[in-house]
Amino acid sequence: MKALAGGYARARDVTHALDLLAQADGMGRVLAGGQSLIAAMNMRLSTGDMLVDISRIADLRGVAVEDGCLRIGALTRHADIGTDPLVATHAPLLVQAVHHIAHAAIRNRGTIGGSLAHADPAAEFPACVLALGGTIHLQGPEGVRQVAAEDFFVDVFETAIEEGEILTAITLPLLEAGERHVLIETARRSGDYALAGLCVVKRAAGHRVTAFSVGPRPVLAMAAMERLDAGDTAGAVDALRAEIDPPSDTQASAAYRRHLAGVLLTRALHDLTGETA
Amino acid sequence: MTISFGNPDRPNSYIGKTVPRPNAPRLVQGRGKYVDDIVLPRMAHVVFVRSPHAHAKIGAIDTAEAAAVKGVLRIFTGADIAEVCTPWVAVLAHLKGLKSPPQHALAVDRACWVGDPVVAVVATSRAAAEEAAALVEVDYAPLPAVTDMMSALDADTPVLHPDMGDNLAFRRLHEEGDVEAAFASAHKVVEARFKTARHTGVTLEPRSILVDWNPAEGQMTAWHATQAPHMMQTVFAKHLDLPEGRVRVICDDVGGSYGIKVHVYPDEVATAAIAKIMARPIKFVADRLESFTTDIHARDHEIGARIAVDETGKILAMDIDDWTAIGAYSVYPRTSAIEGNQVVNLCGGPYDFAHYRAQTSVVFQNKTPTCQYRAVGHPIAVAVTEGLVDMAAAELGMDPVEIRRRNMYADDAYPVTSPAKMRFEGLSHHASMDKLMALMDYEGLRAEQAELRKKGIHRGIGIASFIELTNPSPFMYGIGGARISAQDGCTVRMDPDGSIVALSGVTEQGQGTEAMLAQIVAEGVGVAPGRVRVITGDTQVTPYGGGTWASRGAGIGGEAALQSALALKGSILEVAGAMLQAPADALDIRDGQVVDTATGEARMPLEELGRIVYFRGDTLPKGLPRELVQTRHFITSDYPFAFTNGVQASYLEVDTGTGEVKLLKHWCVEDCGRIINPQLVDEQIRGGIVQGLGGALFEEIHYDEDGQLLNGSMADYLVPMAAEMPDMVIGHVETPTMESTLGAKGAGEAGTAGAPAAVMNAINDALRPLGAQVTAMPFTPERILRAMGQIED
Ligand SMILES: Cc1cc2nc3c(=O)[nH]c(=O)nc-3n(C[C@H](O)[C@H](O)[C@H](O)COP(=O)(O)OP(=O)(O)OC[C@H]3O[C@@H](n4cnc5c(N)ncnc54)[C@H](O)[C@@H]3O)c2cc1C
Repeated sequence: MKALAGGYARARDVTHALDLLAQADGMGRVLAGGQSLIAAMNMRLSTGDMLVDISRIADLRGVAVEDGCLRIGALTRHADIGTDPLVATHAPLLVQAVHHIAHAAIRNRGTIGGSLAHADPAAEFPACVLALGGTIHLQGPEGVRQVAAEDFFVDVFETAIEEGEILTAITLPLLEAGERHVLIETARRSGDYALAGLCVVKRAAGHRVTAFSVGPRPVLAMAAMERLDAGDTAGAVDALRAEIDPPSDTQASAAYRRHLAGVLLTRALHDLTGETA
Repeated sequence: MTISFGNPDRPNSYIGKTVPRPNAPRLVQGRGKYVDDIVLPRMAHVVFVRSPHAHAKIGAIDTAEAAAVKGVLRIFTGADIAEVCTPWVAVLAHLKGLKSPPQHALAVDRACWVGDPVVAVVATSRAAAEEAAALVEVDYAPLPAVTDMMSALDADTPVLHPDMGDNLAFRRLHEEGDVEAAFASAHKVVEARFKTARHTGVTLEPRSILVDWNPAEGQMTAWHATQAPHMMQTVFAKHLDLPEGRVRVICDDVGGSYGIKVHVYPDEVATAAIAKIMARPIKFVADRLESFTTDIHARDHEIGARIAVDETGKILAMDIDDWTAIGAYSVYPRTSAIEGNQVVNLCGGPYDFAHYRAQTSVVFQNKTPTCQYRAVGHPIAVAVTEGLVDMAAAELGMDPVEIRRRNMYADDAYPVTSPAKMRFEGLSHHASMDKLMALMDYEGLRAEQAELRKKGIHRGIGIASFIELTNPSPFMYGIGGARISAQDGCTVRMDPDGSIVALSGVTEQGQGTEAMLAQIVAEGVGVAPGRVRVITGDTQVTPYGGGTWASRGAGIGGEAALQSALALKGSILEVAGAMLQAPADALDIRDGQVVDTATGEARMPLEELGRIVYFRGDTLPKGLPRELVQTRHFITSDYPFAFTNGVQASYLEVDTGTGEVKLLKHWCVEDCGRIINPQLVDEQIRGGIVQGLGGALFEEIHYDEDGQLLNGSMADYLVPMAAEMPDMVIGHVETPTMESTLGAKGAGEAGTAGAPAAVMNAINDALRPLGAQVTAMPFTPERILRAMGQIED
């Protein structure tokens, strides 16, 4: 199929991008790496969009440690996250995630901001940012605001981003001593979206577990976390299976995904403690 | 003339060697010419409005809004097209009882599957046509859809085509020996139900056609991504009421076919009809969603099967009950009964046993029509046969290789006729198995498997012997009344510069046909392959032929090429003999030179001979034959088909926690007769295996119970990808067919035929200690865990 775009404009900077969005009469659509949006347009799942191409805004790209946080610009590409030394030091979970995301050509273009804004329930980065307790930075006509990851993901492809806003960056806490991260997933083929996946973050304060591809948005598995903090691994597996409500589709049923999540948690915990499954 | 194939150092010994593909540089440099690359003056694009319903009555069609879209030229309904294009009925006389209703290029009253073309929109660009197509309003009245195979014949299932009486398209029962008695007296009987999923071929280049009608010449020209240009010539002529000689089908580069592009598609015929009506070039290139909803599907089978064995593992009998659902129409002109028919023909194929019963029931349903796709019926028959044999071995506590060795036809038993009445000229099951055992170190692998099992690692080894039907005679289609040529031809000529041009009726789909033809012609004439230019895929230029299907290109097209090349060599040497005052048989052609046969001494380059013949013919004796062009045709006549054989093995690991299967290694030893180009054969086998592995582990078209297609994209329909593919070791045994000088049989489908069975058997080998077994493809992680009883709903 041929895409049907309403128009295209390349933004010079964030202010310009916000202006373009404001002028688009509700049809404005941010174009970042294009790896989800262009595919959707080519299937005519999205038509008439006024594309605002932010991909050349240099300020939105790159990684830094600022104000005691790891700051990742929205346009930082998957491939760059996979090789960035600051990310490797402070958010190894994201590096692990990159190995599971799509294929090299897509990782060379796709951006972390695009991944979070797109909010595919099977995507890795949203679950990582939620597991790490990150903050999403938005800028709109009214100024800038910050949203905790817990409040950001609303539903399938739906986030707290308001009409006319742009996701500019995410910030994550710096890695504390002894902190461990594990991302584990099962996909039908390498690079496919996961049938189910888990992020497990172990900090002095306790575990944080998120699950992806098991519901309309990444799930912070509170009950499983509570069991893990209590040292009850088996209980955590049961709790996780109980607190997710996965979908059925042509790749796998809800029952399989629920079962799988438990298997993955057991394996993640083995990885975390350095034992083999 | 004979060729001493046994001597690799013979002159011009290109047959049997890996030579570079003449078309590869063109393709890798982006200089290929696919249908979509062709742009003609006044060319317009057609887009089809397709039924969103599995079954619906077509009411009023409102095109007003669509017609107003900028760039739209004309909009056609089924009734409009029916005025210039007659419908077709896809039956063949030898498939007794096969029935199918008339099918129009565009649906007229009723849409019968999701994707059935209903309205055609022609515009100056594809984008404009798509935009307009979205605005066409069709008043559909949904009808009950038939979507379940096994209940299609039940009394309370609606009859899809009331005129046809019931939903049974075709049924064939074959019975040999006394099956009931054999089962009754057997030592062991093993029974199982198998399923193969609905697949499609997923060609890289989607279906594509560009048709021009020139009223001044009364000539239609179709540039078509097809496997059978001459067959399409007949189809266009017949249904658009043109003389066959006034239809030219040109098939330049094709981006993969796998059987998908050997059928008649309503949208392609409609494109031709529109070109005729509008008298201008019309292009149709399917997009990926259209590929999934309209390319033929295949292998939607459910099979109940049993095997009877004695104490020693001898197979006594097999009993097969195959069911398949083909969609709403049998596909023109090859029909949709062939796949089921093949299952009947091929089950039990490698084994010497007496009592055999097989029935196929082919039913209509409201889904995309199914038809022949690479290895037609083989993956099904091989999975059923090899699955049963493995289960019987397990029941007897016998090694799976041993049970096969006890039952396979002895290598010196040929010719034989199988219980399915297939005639085998010469196969090599035992030699192939021996070679496989050595290649894979079977004993070593078994030891490794046992060792790892102690550590809770579940690996499996699966073996699958198979036969493959190749080089078909008219017994496949011609005797049923289809104008599909089983014969093929080749014209070879020498031009003044001593270069050779070969025109062949077989076609290049990306598989290397032209390379194979070039090296045969090079050897036959006596020139380097680089001096041979091969031309295929043009009905106005090449000899009449069948094209590419049923692994016939090398065996049939190759023999025609060899015979015509040898004939040309004879013509050249006759002229050379006159010029050099030597008896023709004392001369030979080697590397483009006429030489003394005995000494190899160069006597004259071919370009000198060409110069004299073409420009100074006055110096040659009057009356000397000087036709430096020769044509030969070839058809098999001793056997209906040239069967090949082989055996595959899969080594894999099952993750019993997640249900995932990791393919570790794959082996195939096969016997395609004379190997013309070892690399091309090996890559055909590998590519075929990949397609078979896709069927075993990934590929499945899903419909819901209303007949809605659920996975019409590459994100949801999983094809095998490089990362999941194991290393593949390919070995060969060569048993040339005696029907031809070349001795080549086909190699295009062997990989696909055996791979799914090998994987299934390997998974079950891994799962057997856990008491689990899978028989429904694809073997998804979920199906494996369910078989293990791990999942509670
Ligand atoms: C074959 C394939 C496989 C894939 N597999 C995976 C996978 O396994 N895991 C995975 O996580 N992803 C996968 N992806 C998706 C990929 O990671 C995308 O790159 C990512 O989801 C979107 O990022 P993008 O920069 O390309 O965004 P775009 O496609 O440009 O945009 C996506 C959406 O986000 C919005 N958007 C983008 N950036 C911003 C912003 N800064 N502010 C506000 N809105 C914004 C856009 O308007 C659009 O709606 C796959 C993609 C493909 C094509």
